[in-house]
Amino acid sequence: MVTIGVDIGSLTTKVVIVRDSKVMAHELVLTGESSYQAAARAVQGAMSLAGVDTKDVAKFVSTGVGKGETPYAGEQATDVLCAVRGALFYYPSARTIIDMGAESVRVARCGANGRVLDFGTNDKCASGTGTFLDTIAKALEIKVEDLGPLSLQAKEDIIITATCAVFAESEVVGLIARGKDKASILGGIIKSIASRVYGLTNRVGINKDVVFIGGGAKNIGISKSLEDLIKQELLIPPDPQIVGAVGAALIAQERSQVE
Amino acid sequence: MITAGVDIGSLTGKALILEDNNIISWSLIPTNPDSNVTVRKAIDIALEKAHLSLSDMDYVVSTGYGRLVVPFAQRNITEISCHAKGAHWFFPEVRTILDMGGQDCKAIRCDDTGKVANFAMNDKCAAGAGRSMEVMADLLQLPLDDLGKLSLEIVEAEVPISNTCVVFAKSEALSHLRRGKHSSDILAGVCEALATRVYSLMQRVGIETEFVISGGIAKNIGIVKRLADKTGLTPRISFEPQIVGALGAALFAQEILKREGQT
Amino acid sequence: MIAQYGYADGSGEYYIIIDTDKCDGCEECVKVCPQGVFEIALDDYDKAVACVKEDVITSIHYICLGYHRKCANEESNCHTVCSQDAISHTW
Repeated sequence: MVTIGVDIGSLTTKVVIVRDSKVMAHELVLTGESSYQAAARAVQGAMSLAGVDTKDVAKFVSTGVGKGETPYAGEQATDVLCAVRGALFYYPSARTIIDMGAESVRVARCGANGRVLDFGTNDKCASGTGTFLDTIAKALEIKVEDLGPLSLQAKEDIIITATCAVFAESEVVGLIARGKDKASILGGIIKSIASRVYGLTNRVGINKDVVFIGGGAKNIGISKSLEDLIKQELLIPPDPQIVGAVGAALIAQERSQVE
Repeated sequence: MITAGVDIGSLTGKALILEDNNIISWSLIPTNPDSNVTVRKAIDIALEKAHLSLSDMDYVVSTGYGRLVVPFAQRNITEISCHAKGAHWFFPEVRTILDMGGQDCKAIRCDDTGKVANFAMNDKCAAGAGRSMEVMADLLQLPLDDLGKLSLEIVEAEVPISNTCVVFAKSEALSHLRRGKHSSDILAGVCEALATRVYSLMQRVGIETEFVISGGIAKNIGIVKRLADKTGLTPRISFEPQIVGALGAALFAQEILKREGQT
Repeated sequence: MIAQYGYADGSGEYYIIIDTDKCDGCEECVKVCPQGVFEIALDDYDKAVACVKEDVITSIHYICLGYHRKCANEESNCHTVCSQDAISHTW
């Protein structure tokens, strides 16, 4: 059975094609102004890679902020459910899932069967999200993918006092004016972001094993900082950004099997 | 009796010299990355305007974010108390004060002597401070000082901004701009959202007439008018809303001297 | 005076409210808080009262887990140990 999961996020849209519980192909595009078009493009791309056609697909399940508007008939599932299902696929021992996206962060605790016990979301404040990292990358003139490794080369421990992304950006500008090196400034920013995520994790509670997914999990600086704060090892899937879409595709499979 | 109040904020530094019940001079300068420079410059300008020197000051009180780095101040007092006292000097009937600068917003309720009865501050989130307006000015490529007026000149209809967070609100405003909405209409939505947040903060401390607005926001007619509508009160604004804190500090200096003189 | 420490952002309003007229500076709240949110300090009128530490105010939602959400379930919390009933929370 072939199913497709589509995770339409604020920055990127991810599509995963699953056949009989195995990931066949995936695609990622920028969401841009139209989630409808992004979903269409991404689905097309993934289907080409997998060599399947719409008629081969048993079910589509969409998730993410843009899940309401899709160019194909399908069902929906919440971000939290998809994150949990996707994390369990990679790590059956997962009991706490931290999902850091571009504009929102989610933490969920689950049982062995994937039942969500408790969860918390932040999608109203940019601090602790990927967008904040993007803003700082631009201010420091560094590529997003270099942020993590560079932050590990911090020479001094800089503490960013602002807990708002906008104020923190000004603080960074001030630090640059005072001659602080980029790596150390970045180290401070990353610790700040990690503490926001940690705060949310603290509210929901932590049960081992802890899995870290989403675009934010690709940043080694954040994962290290977060590990230090929660004092637990973080399990990170090989491609953390598509895990939500994987979860959506698996949920599509489960729902089809029931029918 | 000559006293001085020094108010070092995150964006501006102010100093004010008070002789008995007269303001004889004051200064208002942008902060320098080195706060020592800000402090020195602020007091020097005020002293120069008054043709006085630091040794002429009988007592100095510092306030504001940088109140601990004023070496010549004999005492530091929080900006909350200084704002209440300063506002009360201008308007003895004041009972509710709203002070908003670039980085924070304070709502204060005071009694008939200018003593603080209730206060709540928000200096964590840019959405509740003047910074949100600066970000919009930058986005719309308009001078900050014109935003308030423009927000009242709606062309078609106010464009509601649903995101509180400045980062998200900026993207929201940008999409509206790209879809051809007028800057003034977008500004109307931005100012309405900010005024609503500020009003919420004020409700937290209780709103009672007279209502005084101080800080940079007092110069934004778009916010001032919307707050007048929401509270049903006419906001009073002093001739230079940004020196209210420094004035309060100088007044506290007087009170302390009088108390010490009695012992 | 009613001192409200905290902030409001897009996700909600988070204020710890201390009535400094009622507070007698007994320090019980300082001792009972698992996150170390409180301290005793002189206010502008030289009265020793409880206040929220300045460096935690802008992270209060992350540091104080919330009275209603968390500590209300505990036998001892900053509300129960305050003999003057001077502390309250908005979340």
